Amino acid sequence: MIIEGADLNNREKAMFALRALYSSHGFSLYRMSKFEEFDLYARNRDFMDSASIITFTDTDGMLMALKPDVTLSIVKNNRHIGNDIRKLYYNENIYRVSPKTHYFKEIMQVGLECLGKVDEECICEVLLMAAESLKVLSENAVLDISNLDILSRIIEACDVSEEVEAKITGCIGEKNLHSLSRICDENGIDGQKKELLQKLITLYGDPEEVISELEEVFYDLGDDLSEESRKIYSDSIKRLVTIMDAFEGTGLEDMLRIDFSVVSDLNYYNGIIFKGFVEGVPDGVLSGGQYDKLMDNMNRTSRAIGFAVYMDYLGKLSKFDGEEVVIRG
Amino acid sequence: MAKMLNVALPKGRLGERVYDMFEEAGYECPSIKEKNRKLIFENEEKGVRYFWVKPSDVAIYVERGAADIGVVGKDILMESRPEVYELLDLETGKCRMAVAAPKGFQDDVQSTLRVATKFVNVARQFYASTGRDIDIIKLNGSIELAPILGLSDVIVDLVETGTTLRENNLEVVQVIDQISARFISNKSSFKFQNQEIERVMEGLSRVVESRGNNE
Repeated sequence: MIIEGADLNNREKAMFALRALYSSHGFSLYRMSKFEEFDLYARNRDFMDSASIITFTDTDGMLMALKPDVTLSIVKNNRHIGNDIRKLYYNENIYRVSPKTHYFKEIMQVGLECLGKVDEECICEVLLMAAESLKVLSENAVLDISNLDILSRIIEACDVSEEVEAKITGCIGEKNLHSLSRICDENGIDGQKKELLQKLITLYGDPEEVISELEEVFYDLGDDLSEESRKIYSDSIKRLVTIMDAFEGTGLEDMLRIDFSVVSDLNYYNGIIFKGFVEGVPDGVLSGGQYDKLMDNMNRTSRAIGFAVYMDYLGKLSKFDGEEVVIRG
Repeated sequence: MAKMLNVALPKGRLGERVYDMFEEAGYECPSIKEKNRKLIFENEEKGVRYFWVKPSDVAIYVERGAADIGVVGKDILMESRPEVYELLDLETGKCRMAVAAPKGFQDDVQSTLRVATKFVNVARQFYASTGRDIDIIKLNGSIELAPILGLSDVIVDLVETGTTLRENNLEVVQVIDQISARFISNKSSFKFQNQEIERVMEGLSRVVESRGNNE
């Protein structure tokens, strides 16, 4: 069937363009109910603030929630993946309290998740899909990537309370060098650890430059690092280099930046995390990463990576003005 | 030609001092000092466009991208927690966020503590971290009056020299944080106008340093 002239608005055009992109790369559509048992969020309340969820009691007395998130439901419903890999994409509305207005808001998300044997190749594929998605939305876009393992390791070595840990992560996320220095001084974090944390803020931009500077920093520290730390840092850098190599020659390499201020909850995320921006839109429009720790918390043996595009943040999407869309299903 | 940088400055004394720092950093805009009712001031050659907004609104302009960069007090960042980069401490407009109470005040932990403040979120978070049960009374000004009239037990407010407190027989009980003016940037602007923003930041950071040395 061909549907022509369906009078789509720009957001709908973008949504279908993204869906076509994902399905042409072997991802299959995953449909979900709007409701989920509230218990799922109560059990993972650090992941999803359960106070900001719309709940209701179903006819059988079960406490239900209007979905505030898609990832948890996908993980919940995909058990026993074994050595396989499951590539899914979704297009759903979710309901959350907007951090800006403090009121509930319906947000349209298009995103994808890979569950199972997530190897380096799969990570690169997901990042390429993220970059392609941004390209669909705008000619001028940036994909910031970070390897959370580096920050996790430094913080672990600092041996501080969870509260201080959160403060440090907060400063890195804000690129807040002055407060970071103060927090380090107040908590006896000095020398190489302080220097490393500061580097995570000041190093930003062109992947090649950032990586070579980072290599230098770790090389200079050399013997001061434990065997284990050295391995974690060098593996983390290697992972970033692999990603750069995967982008080589795709025409998407100019979008890549390394930015360690992309941070996520260390209890759920690990490894590669990333955030996408398009020019003229004040917020990040795409956000994702590896979430093996969430999988662990939900007693899954497999690994996972995914991202979501927040369609409501996209503004007018003038790129799609006057664009004709033919839907073939 | 690169896009102009939109700069939101806080109206008032702090804003004027901060503009002087931008000027010293090489981003002058002489028309800003003329007495008129204009709201926006441009220096095309330097690629900057300034506008004055209410101090508590600066973070909103920057977070929503109407301004690429701006200057705002740490007190407002603590209260509204906007999604922005906090790039530099300008080390001006210094004061403290503190808990103050009538002289000789003893906290009766058996009853709920009544706290009057403009900074509801800061107060709530501070007492949550100590586990103290409180009742927040949101006021918009003359906070010092509250404990004197028995409206509250303590206040959470900005303290600069402490003169107002002293004259009203109040004293600082606990300092919550050090406050000063901060240079902030919109996250998306930082990606797409990176060089321009970094240049402004470097200029300002030189000014901060030279002023620090002269003190």
